[in-house]
Amino acid sequence: MNRILSALVAGLIFGLGIAISGMGNPAKVLNFFDPFGTWDPSLAFVMGGALITAAIGYRLIFGARSAPLFDAKFHLPTSKVIDTKLVAGSALFGVGWGISGFCPGGAIPALGFAPWPTALFLISMGVGILIARWLQALPRRQTA
Amino acid sequence: MITNFTPYASLIGGILIGLAAVILMAFNGRIAGMTAMLGGVLEPKTPDSPWRLAFLAGAIAAPLIATLLGAEFSFASPTTGVVLAIGGVIVGVGVNYGSGCTSGHGVCGLARLSPRSLVATLTFMATTFATVTLIRHGFGG
Repeated sequence: MNRILSALVAGLIFGLGIAISGMGNPAKVLNFFDPFGTWDPSLAFVMGGALITAAIGYRLIFGARSAPLFDAKFHLPTSKVIDTKLVAGSALFGVGWGISGFCPGGAIPALGFAPWPTALFLISMGVGILIARWLQALPRRQTA
Repeated sequence: MITNFTPYASLIGGILIGLAAVILMAFNGRIAGMTAMLGGVLEPKTPDSPWRLAFLAGAIAAPLIATLLGAEFSFASPTTGVVLAIGGVIVGVGVNYGSGCTSGHGVCGLARLSPRSLVATLTFMATTFATVTLIRHGFGG
């Protein structure tokens, strides 16, 4: 129960942060990537504020504690592999982000203040995730 | 479509996003990555499902409640219909293979100084820039 409440509080703060920052506004996000047109550098302040806060906070947590308050250990990603899958996937994500102006973290809170067309994006994204999982689950083709 | 430069609101919003990531790590020991959270919704019930759903519900509820209380968040989607759906599918495939997006790699991963996240973030920032530039200026526009 504790874990669910703390996640809910974190989610509320995250959603408010996205909405206030403009990260849930596709027009604003796309303008960040358009320095030769209608440039809006706001996104740099979003990323900078989030990154500096998280970096300082993580340092304090990992320095002070060997486990989180409501769990036996920190669940950190263990993979260190930098491979084609990581780079190609990230490259593809950027193409989709550049087309739509929505990233997953921006779209979820946007559902709360602009349900349409945010819902269309999120449903399509869900389809994309399922397609990728289905492709990954296919048995590898034997080379003759 | 012109949008206003909002350094203060964006900085405050960004700090709140970072704070949410810190809270989730301090209390639950978890990365605030939206790809994993959303991926969790598409899975059968796992031990992680309840807290993931709670986070997502909070993320949707906060701006919804703020709107009901009279707050206004500017929103405009230059992309609609089929093109938006195609963009959505590409994002879904990409974050699945790339194991993360702006929140997981761009905020949490970089904050942990993960080389994997640095490569992922630089890659998607570059292809987003290239895509926007091509769409807006590349076809004789």
